[in-house]
Amino acid sequence: MPVWHHLRDLVRRFLASDVFYSFRRSPTVMIAFGLTLLFMVAAALAPWIVPHNTYEVASLNLMDAFLPPAWVEGGKLTYLLGTDDQGRDVFSTIVLGARVSLLVGFASVFLALTMGVALGLIAGYVGGITDSIIMRVADVKLSFPAILIVLLIDGVARGLLPRDLHDKAAVYVIILAIGLSTWIQYARTVRGLTLVEKNKEYVQAARVIGLHPILIMFRHVLPNVMGPVLVIGTLGLGIAVLTESTLSFLGVGVPPTEPSLGTLIRIGNNFLFSGEWWMAIFPGLFLVILVLSVNLLGDWLRDALNPKLR
Amino acid sequence: MFAYIIRRALQSILVMAAVAFVAFALFQYMGDPINQMVAQDATLEQRDALRKLLGLDRPFYVQFLLFLKNLLTGNFGFSFRVGTPVAQIIAERMPATLELVFVAALFALFVGVPAGVYTGLHRHGAISRFMLTVSLIGVSLPTFLIGILLILIFAVMLGWLPSFGRGQTVQLGFWSTGFLTASGLKALILPSITLGLFQTTLIMRLVRAEMLEVLRADYIKFARARGLTNRAVNFGHALKNTLVPVITIAGLQIGGLIAFAIITETVFQWPGMGFLFITSIQFVDVPIMSTYLVLVALCFVIINLIVDLLYFAVDPRLRIDRSVSAH
Repeated sequence: MPVWHHLRDLVRRFLASDVFYSFRRSPTVMIAFGLTLLFMVAAALAPWIVPHNTYEVASLNLMDAFLPPAWVEGGKLTYLLGTDDQGRDVFSTIVLGARVSLLVGFASVFLALTMGVALGLIAGYVGGITDSIIMRVADVKLSFPAILIVLLIDGVARGLLPRDLHDKAAVYVIILAIGLSTWIQYARTVRGLTLVEKNKEYVQAARVIGLHPILIMFRHVLPNVMGPVLVIGTLGLGIAVLTESTLSFLGVGVPPTEPSLGTLIRIGNNFLFSGEWWMAIFPGLFLVILVLSVNLLGDWLRDALNPKLR
Repeated sequence: MFAYIIRRALQSILVMAAVAFVAFALFQYMGDPINQMVAQDATLEQRDALRKLLGLDRPFYVQFLLFLKNLLTGNFGFSFRVGTPVAQIIAERMPATLELVFVAALFALFVGVPAGVYTGLHRHGAISRFMLTVSLIGVSLPTFLIGILLILIFAVMLGWLPSFGRGQTVQLGFWSTGFLTASGLKALILPSITLGLFQTTLIMRLVRAEMLEVLRADYIKFARARGLTNRAVNFGHALKNTLVPVITIAGLQIGGLIAFAIITETVFQWPGMGFLFITSIQFVDVPIMSTYLVLVALCFVIINLIVDLLYFAVDPRLRIDRSVSAH
């Protein structure tokens, strides 16, 4: 069974690699990895594993609204982290909200990565006026904070789409907005690396045998610049999740019908003064743990993939 | 040097033109302004007459030039929602944002620099480690969550500080200030900490890294060998040499403060420009959106330009590098 052998070799090589060694040596990274994995699995399976399906209005009971967490007096054990103003289980909304947050995070990172890597490769490999144009656009965008650009794109979408349609399309608008405002980093890094790779022998050899430039770029150069891209992507996931939650908190993000973590914090914030702290604090806590884990993983990956630091 | 300044200035003007074009495109394509102005039952002729009167039937580039002229003369149009001139609304909101940004920047400098010096000097001390850990958590917390936590602790649980608004303000000409009343100053505390925390940790880490670098230098060893006091070495020699990058980064961060004021102002219901911008997005109030955009872009461009020129003036090595790479 050649496939099986191939796979076993791959696993063996991974277990013997430096990356895995440095992974095993750091308990912090292992915890961060475990938490990230837990979040992702929970988010992927959310509709089937949550104790209460909060999207189904029929299952909500207004008598159970504003219940505190289970360990506080007056709390019920079925609502472990309490309930919100409509009687929705806070724990279930958090798990379902993390699903929305991670969906937006992954999709926007994917968009930014694809766009940034492609433009960076082209700018670096082709050079000349193409390079100048792409990099000038990047320079202009880089002089403004991403959050402003995201807000602008979201505002434009709001103006162009009718209101009911915008609520349905909100998630896609945000993915687009975050993706379009964060591709620059990938493009800059990939361009720099491509400039270096371009002059190496293997690229020259590929050129000599007459391969098409596009084939050289994506088949030969791309695999050699993917390491740093992976690091930026991991750190970018944390930033994307934070940006999404910030937008939703500001009330220009995901609508309350299918709330993300940021929307939940926004809703909970309205009840902070009447003492129902759990509605804002628990989603916030989960958000911080998620982002912190992802950031720790990204930091570790950067160090582990960088041979200069060993 | 002179050519560099000219090139940089031209680049800035180009950026501003691009931003103005985006703002103009917003005006043009986000809904027909005529619909907002005429009565529901206006005839097609009436609409066309108004369109002609406002110059909306003219070619695209003529309208853009008119728009630029209006911008330069401070005529930003009327808010769709409130109906008052945008210039007036923004002028009312600007002092609140600028005061908040000013206090946040002061907070970041006066906490960040000493903390950075301390953690740089006492690398392995328990307090240093504690401060670094706290700063790491501070970076991972989103701004709005920091605001909520501060409100929960200091406004809801302890009841020491107000959680929203500016408190009492005093009108000085066109400028409304919160600096002159006790409630105004109290209202500034939580928002400015929330806004400045990220920059504080950034400056602290930067100063620490620079201090570690500088303290290894030969002239520090020499200063110690001469028998200078620790105080003179640490502050007179070491800190002084870390300040160039710190000033640059701190300057660039002021733009970030203005942008992130949007979030802080929303959390604390602070009546500034950022809060105005968010409400104008929610109500699709295009004139306010595009004016805010142009103003903030102007701030950014000016700050970037000044910092670039400062860098150039302060660090002579840059001048040499430029002339070499130009050949």
